[in-house]
Amino acid sequence: MGTVVSFDVRNSDVPAEALDRAVEYLHDIDRRFSPYKTDSEVSRIMRGELAVDDASPDVRWIMGLCDELTRLTDGYFDARGFRADGLPDPTGIVKGWAVEEAAYILIDSGATDFLVNGGGDIVARGSPVPGSSEPWRVGIQHPLERHKLAAVLEVRDGAVATSGTYERGEHVVDPHTGQPATDLVSLTVVGRSLTFADGYATAAFAMGRKGAEWLAGLDDYEAFAITSDGLTLATPGLPRVQNETPVA
Amino acid sequence: MPKRATFALVITAAGLALLLSFKTPSATNAPIGGSANVISGAAGGASASVSTGSTSGPRTAAGGPTGTTTTSGSAKAGTYTGTATQTRYGTVQVQVTVANGQVTNVLALQYPSGNPHSSSISQFAVPTLVNETLQAQTAQINAVSGATYTSQGFVQSLQSALVQAGA
Repeated sequence: MGTVVSFDVRNSDVPAEALDRAVEYLHDIDRRFSPYKTDSEVSRIMRGELAVDDASPDVRWIMGLCDELTRLTDGYFDARGFRADGLPDPTGIVKGWAVEEAAYILIDSGATDFLVNGGGDIVARGSPVPGSSEPWRVGIQHPLERHKLAAVLEVRDGAVATSGTYERGEHVVDPHTGQPATDLVSLTVVGRSLTFADGYATAAFAMGRKGAEWLAGLDDYEAFAITSDGLTLATPGLPRVQNETPVA
Repeated sequence: MPKRATFALVITAAGLALLLSFKTPSATNAPIGGSANVISGAAGGASASVSTGSTSGPRTAAGGPTGTTTTSGSAKAGTYTGTATQTRYGTVQVQVTVANGQVTNVLALQYPSGNPHSSSISQFAVPTLVNETLQAQTAQINAVSGATYTSQGFVQSLQSALVQAGA
């Protein structure tokens, strides 16, 4: 899907073949889910050539998950509604889900301290220094100053997903209006599951700054939003490093 | 219930002090962070993360057993207008309505984007937010999360640099 996925595993006893399996898994997901591959199941579904019920179990599960997210977000995550032809487009959560599944392959192989990053969708476990209490430090990209960060998060066991419009001016559409959501430039969600963090980030971004308020009401998820007028909104539980001293 | 009321009173005292002190002229160039707790309806910065169980969609106020914004017998009913505060992105000015000892409305009279928006605060807990002006930082990090998808951009190249650097 045009995304670089990097694996940073700090446990020396995790077999290399576990990483190979995780990578192969991602390639398989790409083959079946990529909308950029004309013969992927998702492409065929989006062209109306394949019914969801006839697709592979993973694909059917993702479509069901999309419907569940639509329900959870009051329609702000919508894999069906805003397409003119009514056909589904699940790509909003496939990346987060795939990276999360790849992380579980590592966990099942005994990895306890790692960070997987698929184009900004991150799963972290344990510590970059196994056995210590040091957390993984995840920077949130600054929307305007490309080589800088807007915030730094500390994560030990959790997921980070960011939705936004920094690159290529692409817009997340508000499914209720069909118009691009322009109130926010960036929204980062931190929480238990990358699949849901990804879906919630997309949905909350479409809500505008109200999305940050909505996320504040969720138990297992925290948020950091950057508005189009240069303000940041953070939920109080966000694991953010405060007063970061700029490194010159 | 009594326990909740006590908790609410403690929060309220701090919260209202924050709200009312906003009204006094400030010589400092207060960042939006100083006043925006009001915009979000947060009380005194106390982190009341609202437990709502499953959510059913976006809303400006969420019910929950923990943390309320403001309920205090000492809050006088009325509308209070904060001083217009200059920020790097423009002017912020907030108006607060108090009734029955509760803050019932927070309205941004002036907002840098030029679009006023109001947050209605119900008698139940409100999702709290911390609002600050966007800063730029550099730091020692292990990874970057950004809004990239099929990208050749910053996140990807920084990622690969981190891998090479063995960070």
